[in-house]
Amino acid sequence: MIKIENLHARVEEKEILKGLNLTVNAGEIHAIMGPNGAGKSTLASVLAGREDFEVTEGSVDFDGEDLLEMDTEERAREGLFLAFQYPVEIPGVSNVNFLRTAINEIREHKGEDPISAKDFMAMVREKSALVELDAKLASRSVNEGFSGGEKKRNEIFQMAMLNPKLSILDETDSGLDIDALRIVANGVNKLKTKNNATIVITHYQRLLDYIVPDFVHVLFDGKIVKTGGKELALELEEKGYDWIKEELAAAH
Amino acid sequence: MSNYTEDQLAKDLESQEYKFGFTSNFESDKAPKGLNEDIIRFISAKKEEPEWLLNHRLEAFAVWKSLVEPEWAHVQYTKPDFQDITYYAAPKQSKKYESWDDVDPEMKETMKKLGISLDEQQRLTGTNVAVDFVMDSVSVATSFKAKLNELGIIFCSFSEAVQDHPELVRAHMGTVVPTTDNFYAALNSAVFTDGSFCYIPKGVRCPMELSTYFRINEGGTGQFERTLVVADEGSYVSYLEGCTAPQRDENQLHAAVVELIAKDGAEIKYSTVQNWYPGDKDGKGGIFNFVTKRGICGTNSKISWTQVETGSAVTWKYPSCILKGDNSIGEFYSVAVTNNYQQADTGTKMIHLGKNTKSTIISKGISAGKSHNSYRGLVQIHKNASNARNFSQCDSLLMTDECGAHTFPYIECKNSSAKIEHEATTSKIGEDQIFYCKQRGISEEKAIGLIVNGYCKEVLNQLPMEFAVEAQKLLSISLEGSVG
Repeated sequence: MIKIENLHARVEEKEILKGLNLTVNAGEIHAIMGPNGAGKSTLASVLAGREDFEVTEGSVDFDGEDLLEMDTEERAREGLFLAFQYPVEIPGVSNVNFLRTAINEIREHKGEDPISAKDFMAMVREKSALVELDAKLASRSVNEGFSGGEKKRNEIFQMAMLNPKLSILDETDSGLDIDALRIVANGVNKLKTKNNATIVITHYQRLLDYIVPDFVHVLFDGKIVKTGGKELALELEEKGYDWIKEELAAAH
Repeated sequence: MSNYTEDQLAKDLESQEYKFGFTSNFESDKAPKGLNEDIIRFISAKKEEPEWLLNHRLEAFAVWKSLVEPEWAHVQYTKPDFQDITYYAAPKQSKKYESWDDVDPEMKETMKKLGISLDEQQRLTGTNVAVDFVMDSVSVATSFKAKLNELGIIFCSFSEAVQDHPELVRAHMGTVVPTTDNFYAALNSAVFTDGSFCYIPKGVRCPMELSTYFRINEGGTGQFERTLVVADEGSYVSYLEGCTAPQRDENQLHAAVVELIAKDGAEIKYSTVQNWYPGDKDGKGGIFNFVTKRGICGTNSKISWTQVETGSAVTWKYPSCILKGDNSIGEFYSVAVTNNYQQADTGTKMIHLGKNTKSTIISKGISAGKSHNSYRGLVQIHKNASNARNFSQCDSLLMTDECGAHTFPYIECKNSSAKIEHEATTSKIGEDQIFYCKQRGISEEKAIGLIVNGYCKEVLNQLPMEFAVEAQKLLSISLEGSVG
């Protein structure tokens, strides 16, 4: 699905990713954990194509294509989805209009006809139920006046509507109470198939009680320094990140 | 990776050519250039006008000569040479058209290019819009007349109204915008050639949107339309006005006067979509649009102005309401887009005279290129206007670092029971919003279209459905070619 090799990226003059390697196959869920400032959100932004970040070295292969050569919208149309840590408000643009535009852009990219209004509305009903999103929110302006939890659920709703190959959830659990967390996680689990993959970026183990990862990676100082199964998350929860730092220091 | 930024958008906007820049080859029946009493007599004679109207014109001309061109607006331009303008040009035609089949094919073609052929209008609107074209200075076609006739509604060109309903014209013309009102209104009163007239009888609800498309067609011909809408007691009308103009090198002057009269219990909704040639990317050419629009409300009546302004090199326009009757309501909803070197100074005046009068002002300015976009508004509460209410909201959206947005709100309040609210915001189009859209697969161009349309939604929502579609198209035309 995605193969990241020796990825280096910087914002302005500061190097944040320093040779990151990661391979994610279809049907897998990967969790990326790490302390603040390790480069977790930078990784999400670089993969999505945010222009503030400059890739200085390395390669990213996305389903046989060179991801770094693609524009942001092209990456999205090829099936890369980013659930934002801070979803953006777009006043005056209804969620449904926004999504319909997005879906039709993706369909056009694939050489398909625009979706019919009937099919679209049926899909809205089906997918909004998945994340228990009030149908009224679907017709409200994108994220405007949404609570923190509603914004995050709306991200997963959008993910469900766009049916991506690879989803990157950037700190989707931040600011969620336990009920909202469960709803969001359920949504992600229901969307899982053998053909898609998910990268869950998180600071806490909590989310991983609900979304069970196949692999857990520790991102520290711009690199993946440790990889394990879901038990690694529990270990991190228990011991914090210091022991990893110590391990690293000892290895040097 | 493409690096499409707002700077680039700004560049693309600058280089975008005017979509409707073409002219059609009609032979014109032209007056010689210049302005004097003889020209006014020539126009009046051409239009076979009654004596009183000629006198009205001559009086207005005398007033105009005593006035100077106003300079208080936040716009800069070379003042037109009023002696170098042709004040009358009529497309040559042997007879008035009886049906659309008879209309000159070339004229039809022109309308088709504008995207406003009757066919399309009928398809778009389910034949519910009556269209009265003003091609240069003479109306060439009026439709749906029979249907309106049944209800006693008069909707015709101003010239026809002068011939067929002189008493109605004479009783109302100049009562809202007197000839002495301002420089451009006086000029219009002296030399206006045609326009539209609409009368809705007592208690009648006009069942369709009345629509007029204006188009300046003759090079160097100033257009001086005159529109008069009279809604008698308890009646309702929704009136649509849309404008496009062909590309020109020289500046073209447009000084229209629109008068609305809403008698007791009546409601007039007046919507405008304006897309006149704004000049090229260096600011050369383009229409000067100096318009006086004003309405007067009787008791329990309502006037609502909605405008989407994307064109003209210079816009000077303040659709206003005189809230004379108690409990009357005035509304102003405006989107003004300026680009390249366009300048717009637009807004409204809400004059509260009656008790319990209410007014709402929603103004959305969008500035791109090196343009300047100003909101200028006056809310005036007179001393007898107890319990008057006003709410004003003026938002400005900036697309580049080189454009300007200005707000000049004036409030004069002489009654302590009044409640006046004013809100204003200025924002730059958000990189985060654009990135968010792109991450969902939406192109930069569509993203900007979405964001801008969302920003204008409160105003676009006020437009009748079929007009809102057109307005959205116009907004995206203003942003067309924005992806390199």
